[in-house]
Amino acid sequence: MEHVLQQIGIDQYIYLAIILFSIGAFGILYRRNAIVMFMSIEIMLNAANLLLVAFSTYHEDANGQVFVFFTMAVAAAEVAIGLAILVAIYRNIGSIDIDKLKNLKG
Amino acid sequence: MNTTILLLTLIFPLAGTLINGFAGRYLGKKMSGTVATLAIAASFVTSCIFFAHLQNNPEPVKIVLFEWMKFNYFTIDFGFYFDQLAALWLLFITGIGTLIHLYSTSYMHDDENFSKFFTYLNFFVFFMLVLVTGSNLAMMFIGWEGVGLCSYLLIGFWYQNQDYNDAAKKAFIMNRIGDLGFLIGIFITGYLFHTLDFVSLQEQTVAGLSGSSFALLLGVATMAFFIAATGKSAQLPLYTWLPDAMAGPTPVSALIHAATMVTAGIFMITRLNFLFDLTPDVQHIIAVIGAVTSLVAATIALVQNDIKKVLAYSTVSQLGLMFLALGLGAYEVAVFHVITHAFFKACLFLGSGSVIHAIGGEQDMRHMGGLRKHMKITYLTFFISTLAISGFPPLSGFFSKDEILLTAFHHNTVLWAIASLASILTAFYMFRLLFLTFFNKFRGTKEQEDHLHESPSAMTLPLIILAVLAAAGGLISIPGSSWLNEFLKPVIRNNAASHPHTLGTTEYILMGVAVAGALAGLFIAYLKYIKNKQVPVNDNNVSGLQKILVNKYYLDEIYEALIVQPLNFFGGMFKNQVDGLINGIVLSLGRIPAELSYQGKKAQNGNIGLYLFAFVIGVCGLLYYLFMCY
Amino acid sequence: MIEILFYILSAVTLGSAFLTILSKNPIHSAIWLVVCFFSIAGHYALLNSQFLAMVHIIVYSGAIMILMLFTIMLMNLNISDEISKPFVTKLVATVCFCLIGFFLVSALAQTAPSLDTYMDTGVDFQSIQVLGKVLLNEFVLPFEMAAVLLLMAMIGAVLISKKDKKQA
Repeated sequence: MEHVLQQIGIDQYIYLAIILFSIGAFGILYRRNAIVMFMSIEIMLNAANLLLVAFSTYHEDANGQVFVFFTMAVAAAEVAIGLAILVAIYRNIGSIDIDKLKNLKG
Repeated sequence: MNTTILLLTLIFPLAGTLINGFAGRYLGKKMSGTVATLAIAASFVTSCIFFAHLQNNPEPVKIVLFEWMKFNYFTIDFGFYFDQLAALWLLFITGIGTLIHLYSTSYMHDDENFSKFFTYLNFFVFFMLVLVTGSNLAMMFIGWEGVGLCSYLLIGFWYQNQDYNDAAKKAFIMNRIGDLGFLIGIFITGYLFHTLDFVSLQEQTVAGLSGSSFALLLGVATMAFFIAATGKSAQLPLYTWLPDAMAGPTPVSALIHAATMVTAGIFMITRLNFLFDLTPDVQHIIAVIGAVTSLVAATIALVQNDIKKVLAYSTVSQLGLMFLALGLGAYEVAVFHVITHAFFKACLFLGSGSVIHAIGGEQDMRHMGGLRKHMKITYLTFFISTLAISGFPPLSGFFSKDEILLTAFHHNTVLWAIASLASILTAFYMFRLLFLTFFNKFRGTKEQEDHLHESPSAMTLPLIILAVLAAAGGLISIPGSSWLNEFLKPVIRNNAASHPHTLGTTEYILMGVAVAGALAGLFIAYLKYIKNKQVPVNDNNVSGLQKILVNKYYLDEIYEALIVQPLNFFGGMFKNQVDGLINGIVLSLGRIPAELSYQGKKAQNGNIGLYLFAFVIGVCGLLYYLFMCY
Repeated sequence: MIEILFYILSAVTLGSAFLTILSKNPIHSAIWLVVCFFSIAGHYALLNSQFLAMVHIIVYSGAIMILMLFTIMLMNLNISDEISKPFVTKLVATVCFCLIGFFLVSALAQTAPSLDTYMDTGVDFQSIQVLGKVLLNEFVLPFEMAAVLLLMAMIGAVLISKKDKKQA
């Protein structure tokens, strides 16, 4: 069997990652719910991870996948803290609509 | 000649100033007065030593302390130049200065700012000495400005009175206008001769320089110097400060406005005699202005009722005569009159101070009279000085004034007529002053009359000394064998050409005319004030010509309208409009960042969506810059 | 055949991503996101990195999404509590979507990397043994730091969401 990548072509992966990233960016600006914004951030992170793995296969180098490990670890930590903050905000304001967080208006 | 002794002449008054200025409060009145008087007396001693030295070797002494300013092609030194002219001035400044200091220890004895007064007096003498012994025009200017400053300080000595402050300001500002002339003269002289040093200037003019623009510029320079002299020596049109300056204490009037500061102009012109000799047109103007001032001031003095004001106008008039002499090229004659005038005018001022002191501050002659019985010494010295100023032989005033009249007659009879008329009027108003003050009955209040007494010896001793000098001072320049002319020969370049001193019939007739005029003045005054016992009327009851004279030809009012009002108007306009405009521009410049930041503030509206959008734009911009820009 | 697999997986990924964002119910969004993650794990498996696929499922779908679901349920976010955003915002969001896509694609086109020759040496570079070796030989410091990071995250999360004693 030919190499997977040779069959598909790495540029497809690049386009996939780009579109996924754009969807994530779109999601952040589109929704007001903080949880959904978090999910969009996860989508963006995953797009980057995907690209990393694809290029790791392209270069036949394990460093790319190791980097994905670390990205996942950091994403997990970030989600934990982010959700904790969200819970604290919810306790203070009573809603997680980000448009209500306007106290720093200059 | 030991240069240290010469420099000590200058250092003593400065030391007196510093001691009295810093420690005067702790020294006590007696001590500070003694310190100040001794300082000037010490200067007098060193001046005498120098004078004696000059008799044996008439070489001038030049002391250069350091190079002060260095330009491309000339340098200005900080130095002093002691020659015969400076020696004369040194002698009478320090001599009369000592006497006046002695007088002031008694006159100002109940003033609370006693040591301040002596600080200022010493300071003034110091600057006057610098003016007189400066080796170049810049040094002279230091002294020139300094005496102006001290004059201001001393006139406004009793500063609680706003009128006195105004008088002091007026004196200073008018002097300042003259100083502008001095500066212009300095600049042109520096430009033409590439030096400001007197010795170098004299050598260059002897060598001779030519060029038509040179003559024009030199004329402008000498005219500018003369304007400076009119400011300092109170000639037309800058003389109005002198009568107002009588607001200062009487010793100040005696020292500054009779004997020393007002002679600075004459000193300056005599120092620069070689320059003025090259511009006969300016000399003519000087002569005319001198004569006219003399007459105008004499006419105003006829109707003044304040004893000091009469003396002030008389000073202006006598200075006019001196300028007349300068304008005719007769420099030694002017110097002679300066010296004799210093003696009798100082004596007159000090005598009037004695009178004022005795009456307890009253200065109006209409409230005086009959003081002859109570103040014999004052009366005698005053009488001698009045004879001197009126020109009665054989007192000093006769000799000096006669020389001026002789010179005027030989050059221009019109000027002689004006000067003679001024002299006759001088005799009249001086005797008017004498009669009103010392004769008839006392016209003041009863308690003043009880208080009348002769002044203490610290005040009468200077009066006596000055009266003696006023009487005998003419001996230094008798026509025919003038010691003064011989003494000043090295200083004045052109003295051989101007005035022969042969005494022929014309001269004797002119002398007789002058004496007759003086006698006429005395007689008319006698008729009016002794025989008919007239007393001058209130200022409000005068009319016609007398009114014009009483109001001093309305000159102050003319100046007010012509100069002061427009200046005030411009000042107000600049303050309100121009300053407001500039303020507005500067402030609005400040408002621009505020406006910008107000607009920028709108980007921080707290909307997270907006911030995220800004992220996206930023990232796109970065990508654009990194990948798509070459 | 692999291509068809790839396209199916891509379609699932993109579709579920879109649906995540466009769902009104947050729980629906969470479910769609889980589907998205699974499809990405499928992508990893297609690229012959099985270990990474497993780890991805465990960490993302298993841990992170559970966390989010718990938070959603904690806050009792039911069907669309939120008011929909003004039209301007939607327009801006769409514009951003297009902008980012456009810039990234054009950056790619501009740089025009030479992506033609594919290596096919058959060397095993991504089996779990090799990964383990690389991780603990070259990247041992980041590995330990990641552990510290997770510890800090845990402590931080506990601290932040602690109730204030005074309020209680």
